[in-house]
Amino acid sequence: MALKGTRRNDIRLIAGLLLAAGILALFLHFTRTNGGSVRIEQDGVTTAVLPLDRDTRQTIERDGDTNVLVIENGAVWVEEANCRDKICVRQGAIRYTGQSIVCLPHKLVITIEGGSDTPFDAQTR
Amino acid sequence: MHAKKVARYGLLTALALVLSWLESLLPSPGIPGVKLGLANLVVVFALYRAGWFPACVLSLVRVLLVSFLFGNGVSLAYSLSGAVLSLAVMIPLKATGKFSETGVCTAGGVAHNAGQLIAAVVLLGTTRLSYYLPVLCVSGTLAGAAIGLAAAELIRRVPDRP
Repeated sequence: MALKGTRRNDIRLIAGLLLAAGILALFLHFTRTNGGSVRIEQDGVTTAVLPLDRDTRQTIERDGDTNVLVIENGAVWVEEANCRDKICVRQGAIRYTGQSIVCLPHKLVITIEGGSDTPFDAQTR
Repeated sequence: MHAKKVARYGLLTALALVLSWLESLLPSPGIPGVKLGLANLVVVFALYRAGWFPACVLSLVRVLLVSFLFGNGVSLAYSLSGAVLSLAVMIPLKATGKFSETGVCTAGGVAHNAGQLIAAVVLLGTTRLSYYLPVLCVSGTLAGAAIGLAAAELIRRVPDRP
């Protein structure tokens, strides 16, 4: 079959993509640091920055869209939400700088940021 | 001949719609953007059997219909950006003749996920989604390869003139 060459290229392509993903994942893994604060953005606007080392549970509300945010032992997760896909809830807990939980239907992004570059208890709204 | 073409594209569109719906019934793995992309079976089939233009039209019509039926403006932007980037990679890759359906579709799967990530970055106004890249790259590769293998079998087995 004339497929031999293309078959080999397919496998090279797949292996290359997986390898690239692996290298990227390793790089991200080894450069990760524990976060210092949690930035909450709704529709691209920062509505709050919370310290990661202070346990809390609060409801983020906007036009009837609610997400229940929990911070505990240096990790953040969304415990409950009234969005239709609940992907934000199923994403589970995050704790490293740069990680985020996204609730697309509510245009909500919860991002963990480094500890030092943000004012410790800057809480805005 | 013309009526036959209309009927065939109508059939393919309906099939793509049904597959989209079927996939929406499957439980989501819980990671945004990770999915099989069953409907792409039909798009890849059309790409090989009918050419790039019908495949683009089919993909566009499917994305519009699915978003109107099951989604909203936001999901439209995501699907569209994924579909466009995926086709923009698959069409030239197929034209090189260096890859089989599996390779073309794998690249399409990764491009689709990249397109969705770009849409997310634009829509959410945040660039802090980079740690998603490895996940989306792996899931796009695996889903694309699976769909590509299935599409290759389909293209080989479905008779050209039904």
